[in-house]
Amino acid sequence: MALSRDEIREGLSDILEEVAGVNPDDVADGKSFTDDLDVDSLAMVEVVVAAEEKFGVKIPDDEVANLKTVGDAVSYIEKG
Amino acid sequence: MTGLGATTPLGGDVASTWEALVAGRSGVHLLKHEWAQELPCRIAAELAVEPSEVLPRVRLRRLDRSEQIALVAAQQAWDDAGLSDDLDKERLGVAFGSGIGGALTLLAQDDILEEFGARKVSPFTVPMLMPNGPAAVVGIEFKARAGVHAPTSACATSAEAISLASDMIRLGRADVVIAGGAEAVIGGLPMAGFSSMKAMSTRNDDPEHASRPWDRDRDGFVMGEGSGALILERRDHAEARGARIYAVVAGSGLTSDGYDIVQPDPECRGGGRAMRAAIKQAGIDPKDIGHVNAHATSTPVGDMAEVKGIKREVGDHVVLTATKSMTGHLLGGAGAVESIAAILAIVEGVIPPTINLENPDPALDLDVAANEARKVELNAALNTAFGFGGHNAALLFTKA
Repeated sequence: MALSRDEIREGLSDILEEVAGVNPDDVADGKSFTDDLDVDSLAMVEVVVAAEEKFGVKIPDDEVANLKTVGDAVSYIEKG
Repeated sequence: MTGLGATTPLGGDVASTWEALVAGRSGVHLLKHEWAQELPCRIAAELAVEPSEVLPRVRLRRLDRSEQIALVAAQQAWDDAGLSDDLDKERLGVAFGSGIGGALTLLAQDDILEEFGARKVSPFTVPMLMPNGPAAVVGIEFKARAGVHAPTSACATSAEAISLASDMIRLGRADVVIAGGAEAVIGGLPMAGFSSMKAMSTRNDDPEHASRPWDRDRDGFVMGEGSGALILERRDHAEARGARIYAVVAGSGLTSDGYDIVQPDPECRGGGRAMRAAIKQAGIDPKDIGHVNAHATSTPVGDMAEVKGIKREVGDHVVLTATKSMTGHLLGGAGAVESIAAILAIVEGVIPPTINLENPDPALDLDVAANEARKVELNAALNTAFGFGGHNAALLFTKA
């Protein structure tokens, strides 16, 4: 059963809190990982690996560069 | 010397560590971890206060344990010195070492590589395992820009770091230097490796009595983990801001044995030359040195060789102590924590005891503060540290 956008965002939010200490209240579609949430490139690697595991998707390295905001990541995972 | 910080098997800060040292408390205990149960040596001196009680969670997961405790000790020393962010950072340096570095990170990530593949290996693996990690983390935390150095010379590491820090100030490269060392490698492989060398005590049934420098029944060192940090500051810089000066690094000596990768020179020639160099730089009469906090690790050969060196270079009037009897051997953290003990001995007029010295080795012909702290007025105290590879360091501290 496919997850809703809200469920994906919530799952991402848990990962962001766990690996990068991001406050869940700050996680919204429009937020940039680097500029708004302070997730640097090394932390992003951890987020991607954790997200792949949690959502059962593959996020290739060249795709990661396009995932600038939380909304980008939610949409990518939604497409599966 | 204007600030001190430490986290050790005896306490989470300098005050609690010093109190336990003077009281003669052992930090050694039996390891309950599953990985330890098949080892020849199942005892160690683990930290009294876990870094997780002090540092935020996300910070912890990006730092090796040696980096975590380096940060804890350095922050304490910084606060103790009363330094603030308005210090000129281009005049702030770091000399902070680790003997082994992030070995436990290396091993844990290798397990992940084997079990889950390369993609699961943490992107923080390299900055966590590199032996300059503790120095780098401290340097970044306090924005040090006069140079961040990470000497590594096994168990002489943090004494060498203090010597290097003192040189940085003497050479005019910095006004303030954060010096010290950190080590946290209580784990299966490091302990098995030291055990294979027959360097570690196997007194598993009596942990608190296992570290017994100079005692006839000593059978090897006990591994400890911990970090010590000291703020070295140019005297006029410290005086201008009205800082409390604990003691002065009056001299330091660094030499090498050129002899053997693990065996100490039985005559302590290299160690002796380091002591002589420190005394010469300080320009004091060896008779004025009342106390030596000795390297004495509780190994059969090393302990007595060092006594020969001290007797020859300093004299037979000094009172020795080996605080490793209580902290275990902090490896790369040893020189810094033991320097703090030597400095506080001068400041407080108390030499912490060498516990477990029940039957002194017949060749021990110097006075030791055995089993009880000794009250004594001190003008100068020496700290020695020797490392595998034949590295020798001696630091001479004098009253402020």
